[in-house]
Amino acid sequence: MSCILAVCEQSEGKLKKVAGEVASEALRLGQASGLPVVALTIGPGAAAAAAALAPFGVESAGAIEGASVASYSGEAYAAALAAVARAKGAALLLIGATSFARDLLGRLGALLSSSPASDCVALSFANGAFRARRPVYAGKAILTVAFKATPALASLRPNVFAATKVAGKTTRVEAIAAAAAPAQCARRTGRVDAGGGKLELTEAEVIVSGGRGLKTPENFAKLIEPLAAALGGAVGASRAVVDAGWRPHGEQVGQTGKTVAPKLYVACGISGAIQHLAGMRTARTIVAINKDREAPIFKVADYGIVGDVDEVLPALTEQAKALRAGH
Amino acid sequence: MKVTVCVKRVPSTAARIRIGADGRSIDEAGVEFVLNPYDEYAVEEALRICEKAATTPPSESTVLSFGPDAVTKELRNCLAMGVHAALHVPAPAGDAASRDPLATAQMIAAAIRGAAGGPPDLILFGRQAVDDDGALVGLMVATLLGLPAVPDVTKLTLGTGAVTVEREVEGAVETYEVPLPCVVTAHKGLNDPRLPNMKGIMAAKKKTITTVAATAAAPASTIESLELPPERKGGRIVGEGAAAVPELLRLLRQEANAL
Repeated sequence: MSCILAVCEQSEGKLKKVAGEVASEALRLGQASGLPVVALTIGPGAAAAAAALAPFGVESAGAIEGASVASYSGEAYAAALAAVARAKGAALLLIGATSFARDLLGRLGALLSSSPASDCVALSFANGAFRARRPVYAGKAILTVAFKATPALASLRPNVFAATKVAGKTTRVEAIAAAAAPAQCARRTGRVDAGGGKLELTEAEVIVSGGRGLKTPENFAKLIEPLAAALGGAVGASRAVVDAGWRPHGEQVGQTGKTVAPKLYVACGISGAIQHLAGMRTARTIVAINKDREAPIFKVADYGIVGDVDEVLPALTEQAKALRAGH
Repeated sequence: MKVTVCVKRVPSTAARIRIGADGRSIDEAGVEFVLNPYDEYAVEEALRICEKAATTPPSESTVLSFGPDAVTKELRNCLAMGVHAALHVPAPAGDAASRDPLATAQMIAAAIRGAAGGPPDLILFGRQAVDDDGALVGLMVATLLGLPAVPDVTKLTLGTGAVTVEREVEGAVETYEVPLPCVVTAHKGLNDPRLPNMKGIMAAKKKTITTVAATAAAPASTIESLELPPERKGGRIVGEGAAAVPELLRLLRQEANAL
């Protein structure tokens, strides 16, 4: 019996946010296609994480554990997932488009002789085939592809698909022994947190970004970080300030940085170069603060304030803080 | 030490994208094409490794591209940066295989397997091409060749028979040990790519770009359409200076439901 596999990312028994989105989309496509859905978790803590999928309405899950996946290796994880996809005769495999998928999706494509669709924003099933819509050119265009090989493989852009809670379901968890790892593997030997539980840009619901208009790197700490903190968001940056060495490249939003889709994107002192706009144009609400009334950023912003960041941002920070505190 | 870098010719990130008449590809008229920005880090890293690794026989870097004939401009540019040799696997413009991840990976893997002088010790890619944004082909080639791989690498240290690399993931930096031969995909931050100097440009003119015949590969996906995203409807200027802040917050809360 063919099925849809939902690979639900977890770490030590705790599901990642995107896992609920992947499970919900798999269940939706399961209804559309009539195929049963099996959620998969892998690595140490897989069984506990699989059991935590019940609130999303997952009734069947497989927890892949064993010596080959006891420590992380992309080769070993991909081999184990591919073995399960083959054994279950999967028609479609979904995974969240995080760095976890970046390390696995291409390998799965090669192992299963399929062309994956990365970072999809919509999936559909019609006339017996799955299709994917995905942004290309960093979102300057949208590509629709039909999968020709089985299983179809797709990663889902975080924050795009709804994670839907379903009451009253229990998850039956099947323990699956991980397949052996290939002889030659890249082995993870260390992991250092970037510091202070910093909110990841691609997962953040609010992003406050700064550009050249900030004038100095110090102004990021003085103006951008407090506003991001007041709004409960993450800090982003334009390519210009990353290239100038003001901010780490992990904060860059745009075509050679991250593509983000937060609920609220606040662009401060960013003129709106085409490669920056490509990376944030799918934000639900965009606010621009720039002293140049003619800046291209105002053409994509829902709300704009023409003014100096030195003057506007402290006022915005104070008043947003007060608003959120319930005053 | 033999290092092969796989590169792609892509529209510049400053390019405005228009859809071509077929509704499935871009209109290339007036579009400036460049070496994929992430591939520049891969090329630079190959050059640094070869400069450092004084071995007998001497270290050698090769650049390889599967793409249209026009890619010879970007290959020539890599040679001018200091790469020793260039291989071109031709694909007709708009070729279905060159837009399919699996077919592309099969084509590149076959070219690497068949390369004169034996397999490379290290194969580098950019982390993704900024046209398709798939971030797939590097790992697919590695897997097809049975090699270990690490994507999105921001630091690479060559050891004896292995490399140590750092990879950026959400909120952390991970370290990996990878036995050679292996595949690594380069991320921004890995290095600061050099510009070709006059000496390099002159030397590159004398180097030949070797054409390698494409092997047959069947696409595993079909491109149905390419569309422009919906335009964002024009917004409004709320006001000027700090005086506009209360109204902005009111709109964000009451109209946009964003706070």
